[in-house]
Amino acid sequence: MLGIGGILPAVAGITRAELCPWRIDRFALLTCFHMFGSGSTGQTMTFDPTLAMIRFGTGLGPRFAPPPSAVRMMSDLRGEDDMAQAFPVAGFATVEPSHAALIWINRQTRAARDTPSEEAAQAARQQLRALIGPARRTTHLAMLARAVDAPHGLRERLVAFWADHFTVIRRSSETAHLVGAFVEDAIRPHVAGRFSDMLRAVVTHPMMLLYLEQFRSIGPGSQRGRRRNAGLNENLARELLELHLLGVDGSYDQRDVRELAELLTGMTYGPQRGFYYDPARAEPGAETVLGRTFGADATLENVLAAMDDLARLPETVAHLARKMAVHFVADDPPADLVAAMTAAFDDRGDLGDLTNAMLAHPAAWAATRQKVRRPQEFITAALRALGVTGAEILRATNGDYRRLLTRPLRIMGQPWQEPPGPDGWPERAEDWIIPQGVAGRISWAMQAPIRIRPALPDPRDFVRDALGDLATEDVIFAANAAESRQDGVGVVLASAAFQRR
Amino acid sequence: MDRRKFLIGGAALGCSAAASPLVTPVALAAAPGENRLIVIILRGAMDGLDVLRPLHDPAYAALRPKLHDGRHLNLDGQWGANPALEPLLPLWQAGEVGAVHAVSTPYRDKRSHFDGQDILEAGVLDIGGGATGWLNRLLTTLPPGAAETAYAIGREHMAILAGEAPAARWSPDANLRLTPAVQRLLERVYHDDPLFRDAADQAIAIAAQVKADEAATESATDDTMMGAPVGNGVHVKVADFAAARLRGETRIASFSIGGWDTHQNQRNGLRRPLQQLAETILTLKARLGPVWGQTAVLCLTEFGRTAAENGTGGTDHGTGGAMIYAGGAMRGGQIAGDWPGLREADLYQRRDLMPTQDVRALAGWVMRGMFGTSAAALTETVFPGLELGQDPKLLH
Repeated sequence: MLGIGGILPAVAGITRAELCPWRIDRFALLTCFHMFGSGSTGQTMTFDPTLAMIRFGTGLGPRFAPPPSAVRMMSDLRGEDDMAQAFPVAGFATVEPSHAALIWINRQTRAARDTPSEEAAQAARQQLRALIGPARRTTHLAMLARAVDAPHGLRERLVAFWADHFTVIRRSSETAHLVGAFVEDAIRPHVAGRFSDMLRAVVTHPMMLLYLEQFRSIGPGSQRGRRRNAGLNENLARELLELHLLGVDGSYDQRDVRELAELLTGMTYGPQRGFYYDPARAEPGAETVLGRTFGADATLENVLAAMDDLARLPETVAHLARKMAVHFVADDPPADLVAAMTAAFDDRGDLGDLTNAMLAHPAAWAATRQKVRRPQEFITAALRALGVTGAEILRATNGDYRRLLTRPLRIMGQPWQEPPGPDGWPERAEDWIIPQGVAGRISWAMQAPIRIRPALPDPRDFVRDALGDLATEDVIFAANAAESRQDGVGVVLASAAFQRR
Repeated sequence: MDRRKFLIGGAALGCSAAASPLVTPVALAAAPGENRLIVIILRGAMDGLDVLRPLHDPAYAALRPKLHDGRHLNLDGQWGANPALEPLLPLWQAGEVGAVHAVSTPYRDKRSHFDGQDILEAGVLDIGGGATGWLNRLLTTLPPGAAETAYAIGREHMAILAGEAPAARWSPDANLRLTPAVQRLLERVYHDDPLFRDAADQAIAIAAQVKADEAATESATDDTMMGAPVGNGVHVKVADFAAARLRGETRIASFSIGGWDTHQNQRNGLRRPLQQLAETILTLKARLGPVWGQTAVLCLTEFGRTAAENGTGGTDHGTGGAMIYAGGAMRGGQIAGDWPGLREADLYQRRDLMPTQDVRALAGWVMRGMFGTSAAALTETVFPGLELGQDPKLLH
């Protein structure tokens, strides 16, 4: 029974890398040579259209021709956001039901308690709250439709990456449909722009102020702090340093957290007013963060200028470059790739430059696919391979939405917009490919396609639609040997070759 | 031996063969002892005052004019249980279910479900990025054992078991049903990728195990010491699955039951979650068979609810609440705790039941008794900074 004994510890998290650092398919050995340059033929791997779609995009599909070059991908990224126009998602200011209305009606309902209008108030409240779920679904479907219809999907992948970097999770039922608005407002417009602009948009967005509790932070020495014995909330300051900027290994300490928290005081949010800067909450005096002194006067401009400064710190730049390489390329990315990305990003603090440096580097095109598609990416890629259109996605019934999307995502380990904490989703393949996650992927692959496409493609064609020239002999064999179209399509989608990117 | 056996061998799908690998993983180190701990997270904040009603408190009736409807189960003249707990009465009488009242985590004032649950599962107030769960930290203090020692069960992410120590995770509704032909094809497409191959092997083995458990339940000749699951639904499947694992190598299991956030019409609203809780405990007892005697079940919730009912027949987020416990290893048949009283001046912020004990200390003493965890490990590793206090003597 050695077998299971060997399997269990691995599943339970013992680092597989120690056992077998290079794996997957028959290309593995070949790739080792490429990555380390040892024994190579001198040929350098560069842009590969199939990998472009799989590693940096949302997947292959019969509706799409892969991009001819990285230059083309970058020009698309820096050009018009066609998908946002085709599938609009409401921002915080226009979304219905608005946060202001939901909070207002809660207050009205409380005020009406034990009065004749209590029942009517309750009914109105229920009516408004009944719109939250559908609004959340509409946003989810629109975001999925964008990823399914995008010619290569680099922008959609970057949006997901940066939204995860600046994770926001709903803290109350009133904000369950508003995380998508945050991504639309603060993340999406900036994925190919300056990082400092994204950072400014994030720290002033109501959803971030609510999620990391900046809205309740009050300088102890401020006008309000002295009057009400209220205090600092360090949550946003800590996560900025630990997660968003320097990284957990950054050279900051608790004093920097506190000073930054004091600097951030004044930034707040109210449902009726929206984001605003309240000097009466701002801690007086200059604050010193990481040896830099900011903002003697309590103004929003001082806070934002500090954000601009922290955004360009060498530690921040290196942290973000490495994080992007880890997400797209490998859990332990080659040092020269990270160095090239760091240098390019450091130049202007431009996220387009950062992405471009990754796509321009040979190590980004290594044949070994070390990462695995996250559940949302997996479903997106499967829909593209099946030739589903964004318009079809929008027509999904409530039942299909639950059966084919939200419930499977939960079983696969990625309930939509509900990551475990402010540090977002895990990166390592080992965190996703656990028994329950694989069971969820296999079950979806075997059962969902026939519900979506009752006339399934011939598995022998489908294997090319889904994997292009990355189809391995085993997958081609399995597609040919399957008893039915459903089994054939399912096995292709469930295969390791399809799950890896 | 070939680890791909589960996928290839037709016999591996048969009942006996499928059952064997997970029940008797020979290659694994011995699990730490024979005692079992199950932690059930009651998500949504259970109203301890309506579930276990303090009939002896003179202020109680006035606070709960609608909810205190006289239909409680009289436990001992002092306490009444919510009528939905009737199925648990035999266990109460047998001393296998009990509770500690007026308990809470150290979380105060903001009364957010999300923070409250995060703190309950982290076991510490500081829940910044990278927080681990206290059951996972308990694992790190135990002698190295089987990877299956701890199991998080169900669709929910169980932060209580997140961390560095290995812990398995499965949701019975993952429902992996494959024909032998598809299994052989999957074996082929995972063959060269150990990460996928091993995870799929185990998924298939667990799914086969669940199927075998179901078959065994139906035949009922399996083990005369075991009863049938009680009730229907996901919660019963989860309890049944947990019991099957705990009969094997698993010693610690955790899952959650939701539906406790009863702001309105609580008399109806509490019925379903209480029924689910009762069926869960009864299924655990029935399906654990002889090892029920070595089992402790702790049911923890993020906080209690307001002492007074609100204008809509419900209660709002509060502070102190109750911890229900069960299991043959526990000293049940009592509502323990240090009762603070319900007069307005006795309440926390003149609003909520005053917590008089830290629920982490209660869990700590149970772990100490079950696994021999030292006081130092409890107050430094499992619950850093905890005051362990007096032994509440909840175990036999």
